[in-house]
Amino acid sequence: MKQLILILTLLLVPVLAQAIDSRQLATPEQQEAYDSLTAELRCLVCQNQTIADSNAELAADLRRQVYEMLEKGQSKEAILQFMTDRYGDFVLYKPPFKAKTGLLWLGPALFLVLGLLAVFWVIKQKKAAQSPEQGQAEKLAKIRRLLDEGDAS
Amino acid sequence: MLKYVLPLVLFIIMAVFLAIGLNLKPSEIPSPLLNKPAPVFAAPKLQAPQEKLSPADLKGQVWLFNVWASWCVSCREEHPVLNQLAQQKAAVIIGLNYKDDPAAAQTWLDTLGNPYTISIMDQDGRVGLDWGVYGVPETFVMDKKGIVRYKHTGPVTVDDVQRIFLPLIAQLQAEAP
Repeated sequence: MKQLILILTLLLVPVLAQAIDSRQLATPEQQEAYDSLTAELRCLVCQNQTIADSNAELAADLRRQVYEMLEKGQSKEAILQFMTDRYGDFVLYKPPFKAKTGLLWLGPALFLVLGLLAVFWVIKQKKAAQSPEQGQAEKLAKIRRLLDEGDAS
Repeated sequence: MLKYVLPLVLFIIMAVFLAIGLNLKPSEIPSPLLNKPAPVFAAPKLQAPQEKLSPADLKGQVWLFNVWASWCVSCREEHPVLNQLAQQKAAVIIGLNYKDDPAAAQTWLDTLGNPYTISIMDQDGRVGLDWGVYGVPETFVMDKKGIVRYKHTGPVTVDDVQRIFLPLIAQLQAEAP
């Protein structure tokens, strides 16, 4: 019983887990903007983490920057522009759609279309190779052969 | 025939893509600052904190802007290369002492040599942020008009100096101020 309680208590620990350093902003809107911005800006040191998740010093600096700009009443767009001016589109988890990132955005759809085309092509090939009448004739031949074999034994 | 050639072709295409992927350096992010004016700063000098330096003071000169710190391991590796480059007097080298303790930085320069004409301090990393610094060391090459012409991420090697830096500096020195 004691062990069970211990296990259940330990399971609750993740609920208490919070952002690395949570900051309080004046209004709920600003707080919401802070949370969403830090979740969509990439930490450039540990490239697969957002600045909200990362413990790197650079991420802490970028969080501070976001916080200060929000406190000054700057908009989300202005902050994202500030970051891309310095670190490039790579800092955004959602890169903008432009010539350079076109393949990135359209690639998955392109592969889906290619895959569907391949499936249709294969089905067509199979159908052409084996017309229904021919299949029927083959089956009958097989049945006869099996029947003959049965008679022989 | 197609049955045998097609998988081979697909394999070759895949191999080419994987080879390209293996040779990419995801840690090297192209700087949006290239061919743009130097981000403005006015930062205190490491060896004379009451004095400040800003990019405007360097107009008319070709300069290197090297981001360094005494806590940075690969800076130690890079340092002799910078010392050697400074001896050649090809360009002014300005240091950005990034998020460092001034005393530790001074000790570093005293023991390892000082390639910098001036080092400026950026203790809270704000100048670094404006320059898009994300990994130390980084080195920018600035032209006489104060435009960023090249950015190198990671330690500068002897080979980089010969292959990239010296030719570029020579080219920029030849440009009109």
